[in-house]
Amino acid sequence: MSFLFFVVRRVALLVPTLFGVSVIGFLLAYLLPGNPALVKAGPLATPQYVAEMKHKMGLDQPVHVQYTRYLTGLLHGDLGESSSTGRPVLTDFMQRLPATLELTVASLVLALLLGVPMGVLCAVHRDTVIDHFGRVFSVAGVAMPSFWTGLILIYVFFYLFGIAPAPLGRLDPGISPPVPITGLYTVDALVSGNWHAFQSSLAHLALPSLTLAISVMAPLARMVRAGMLEILETDYVKTAWAFGLPRRLVIYGDALGNAIIPAVTALGVVFGFLMAGNAVVESVFGWPGIGNYAVKSLTMKDSGPIQSYVLLVALMCILVNLLVDLAYSLADPRIRIG
Amino acid sequence: MTTEIGRATYAADTETVYASFRRRLLRNKLSLAAFCAIGLLVVIAILAPLIVPLDPNEPDANAVLERPSWAHMLGTDDFGRDELSRIIIASRTDLLVPFVSTLLALAIGSLIGAICGFRGGWLDQIVMRMVDAVMAFPAFVLAMGLTAAIGSSITNLVLVIAVTQIPAYLRQLRAEMLREREMEYAHAARTIGNPTWRIVFIHLFPNCFPTLIVQATLAMGFALLTLAGLSYIGLGIQPPDSEWGEMISEGASLMVTGYWWLSLFPGIAILMTVLIFNLVGDGLRDLLDPRTRGR
Repeated sequence: MSFLFFVVRRVALLVPTLFGVSVIGFLLAYLLPGNPALVKAGPLATPQYVAEMKHKMGLDQPVHVQYTRYLTGLLHGDLGESSSTGRPVLTDFMQRLPATLELTVASLVLALLLGVPMGVLCAVHRDTVIDHFGRVFSVAGVAMPSFWTGLILIYVFFYLFGIAPAPLGRLDPGISPPVPITGLYTVDALVSGNWHAFQSSLAHLALPSLTLAISVMAPLARMVRAGMLEILETDYVKTAWAFGLPRRLVIYGDALGNAIIPAVTALGVVFGFLMAGNAVVESVFGWPGIGNYAVKSLTMKDSGPIQSYVLLVALMCILVNLLVDLAYSLADPRIRIG
Repeated sequence: MTTEIGRATYAADTETVYASFRRRLLRNKLSLAAFCAIGLLVVIAILAPLIVPLDPNEPDANAVLERPSWAHMLGTDDFGRDELSRIIIASRTDLLVPFVSTLLALAIGSLIGAICGFRGGWLDQIVMRMVDAVMAFPAFVLAMGLTAAIGSSITNLVLVIAVTQIPAYLRQLRAEMLREREMEYAHAARTIGNPTWRIVFIHLFPNCFPTLIVQATLAMGFALLTLAGLSYIGLGIQPPDSEWGEMISEGASLMVTGYWWLSLFPGIAILMTVLIFNLVGDGLRDLLDPRTRGR
């Protein structure tokens, strides 16, 4: 099967999912009890005004008409207006998305840098102290609520040791953001040679990304360990040992490449976990991303942004899963047949 | 291969299922400890009002923000309420909500999954596409959206957490049914004229049950984390009711000023409970897995 055909088929399969996701988004935003007209009209509005508001917002129309309206709005990038900031929700999102992406990417990289070697170490030193320690860490890592991990890290590194900056935002007060190129402060600061901003943004990024990384590295490490154990038993690895190749070359050259495949396919799932953890971790660290924005709006009785946030996260997860699948099928032609 | 089958048959012949279960449970000390710990947790939750050292909701102006001491083993919060008492009382919510929601999701998910797997056809297709759509949302994010929409009473939280779990059971049972319905005993049951519902629920379902129980135990831990996370961002249990996530949230702003005990202990309670659920789940998997049975 050609790659092009695979892409077309994979994308076509998304259509029912996207339809379903939009229906759920519509349900969350309009049909469930938190009546948007009531919220928009305010607590002191007369029933008459609420009815008028309902009519203006099209909430007195039949469901399918409302859904069409919702979908049309969505396709035009209309996510409604935030009553707490008074601006279109999409504008608010776009402004905060780079912060969320920076945090997500940083924690993904960190999780890979810590989780993969841990999985390899545990597999190579199977049933030794190292392996047991790794297992305890994996089990504990998934059992810890990420907001709690974050708070503990803040207590230890900010309050006790004083080496981490205050958990408020992306930069120290008094340092102006670097010239916006990608929106990722660390990258922008590095590109524009702004050393102060780079140091500050990296310091602020460290604890939140570590918090998120801890929550997802355990399953990663476990997958790499399982894959590695299997590969170490294969004939070609045994052959490599028999030839007397250096240990490092066998483990990192021959074995790891194949052992890591299951972990790569799981990256889409890991991304989903990271996005789910984001909302909470951003709140802990005052990180100005989209999750924090949605949660903050909610405390001001504004539920519009959170519904758009839920929808946006689902769309991002679908996109990432698609990209992972496509990249994977490019690397491994066998997938295209299945 | 033959020796393995031989050994398994031998074990099945000479040992009752119960005895074999007990023997393997005793062999794995860690699982056994986890089973006991769950029992202990349940007892604590049931007896909570009787065993709390102090009234969990009684403020004490003379004992505000006290460090852990003999009078207050886990310290007091900014209202002077005893942390240990609050953690004990909160165990009721923190066990009940995950338990009821998991049970609910298990019942609904396995019922629909069984029907889909056995019947197949257009109904199955439609349900599976719906499941795909629900699963496109990360569970916690969907839970956020749902509670924001329907409000955060305890009943709603149970419903929301159940909804996020249903797809997993549904998919799993559907897959098991697809496999089981082609087995010889299923064909035999049909041949002798059993009605469909009887084949599905009396003959096939019991064979799918073990994997479901493992899944449910692991899901309880996840349900607790979801509940605590929702409470942390203000969507779950509201003060003055106590819940571990809510307690962490109350202590969060004081953590940066050095009052570590307010958030530390409820977090440990969550960590330990989820850990116990996961260990029991892993232990059950070992016990119920036919490949390790009889060894």
